[in-house]
Amino acid sequence: MSLLLFDATLCLLLLVLALASILSRQLVHGVILYIAFGLMMALAWARLATPDLALAEAAIGAGLTGALCFSALARQQLHLPVVLSWPQRLWPAVFVLLMLGGVLAALLQLPPTASPLVDVAQAELINSGVSHPVTAVLLNFRSWDTLLELVVLLLALLGALQVAPAAKATTSWPLSLSWSRLLAPMVILLAGYLLWAGASQPGGAFQAGALLAAGAVVLRLNHQLNWLRWSNFWIRLLIVSGVSAFVLAALLAMLLTTDNTDVIWLRWPPQLAGGFILLVELFATLAIALTLTLLVVGEPAAAEQAQQNSGGEAHD
Amino acid sequence: MTDLSPQLLLYIGTAAGLFAIGLYGFIVGPQTLRRILALNIIGAGIFMLMVVLAYRGLADGAADPVLQALILTGLVVAVSATAFALALLARLKQARPGQYRPEQEPGP
Repeated sequence: MSLLLFDATLCLLLLVLALASILSRQLVHGVILYIAFGLMMALAWARLATPDLALAEAAIGAGLTGALCFSALARQQLHLPVVLSWPQRLWPAVFVLLMLGGVLAALLQLPPTASPLVDVAQAELINSGVSHPVTAVLLNFRSWDTLLELVVLLLALLGALQVAPAAKATTSWPLSLSWSRLLAPMVILLAGYLLWAGASQPGGAFQAGALLAAGAVVLRLNHQLNWLRWSNFWIRLLIVSGVSAFVLAALLAMLLTTDNTDVIWLRWPPQLAGGFILLVELFATLAIALTLTLLVVGEPAAAEQAQQNSGGEAHD
Repeated sequence: MTDLSPQLLLYIGTAAGLFAIGLYGFIVGPQTLRRILALNIIGAGIFMLMVVLAYRGLADGAADPVLQALILTGLVVAVSATAFALALLARLKQARPGQYRPEQEPGP
């Protein structure tokens, strides 16, 4: 009963934070409330007994999205809050309430039967090479999804690098600098543990990659890790390696399949599946971490780069 | 679906509520950054709904791993889409700085 009370409080808090983030008059307040909302979402995932999602959400939803929105906020000019008239607020609210009623009615009519995929996944878990069902689904049963997701990440990074103007140079203060240095080894240790633990318990490439990215963003914002930029050849290689290692592993698995009767793309041979999954996950973790980091911090201002190249000549 | 535990029913209600709030924010706006935030809130509501659906019809408290894996993929795709949207927004601001003062806009 007390747990139900906790759930009710959490749900109420989520709704209030979301509403306040939408309705707040200052955009800054909206962004800050959204970050708090992301943290509460991580708590909700933990309450729903999905620790995989809680780990990813805590790093992505609250950390990276918050950093992204703040840097977007820094680029915007401050302007007066826009005041909407009553009809402008009322009609969307009526429409949304109608939608909400429809959605709730539809949800309560869903048949309460489990998806047939659950039994299939459980039965095939022995042949998947890992013992954690979520990792088995991500990297064995539905590895197409994961491969294409890595492609989507790569495309998003390429697109963002094309269109985004150079980031403004920011200053860091001593406390955040020393704190980020203290945090860095712990982040690396935790990410390594998450990657390794993913085979048998909650954890895996996404969570480890998101955590590494969060740590790298903090260091990068404090002007550490200056080699971590798109113009560095090795960084580009590692970012592409997420997709390429996946494809190469799939080709290797096709070659190693002994019975030539049915060679299927992206099917690991059962006795080697564990090794394949670990290999793919290792490169996916590095690629996800670097891609997310570059998506958030972007490239430094062109002037700063030019100064470094030309040995400190005066530039605009 | 009415035979779910009260906890899951509560989360279904919250998921639908988050979806509605996000939809309202997306329609009303008025700043583009707030619309992007609203899209993320809609996404959070849909992910929460998927988690509740993962528990549907399973007695022993284990969730459907296929749906969980889909949500995990969705989280990463959502953040990359948000990053791309914000990059486009930054470009837009750079192209026309005075967005809320139409008289200063270089009109077509």
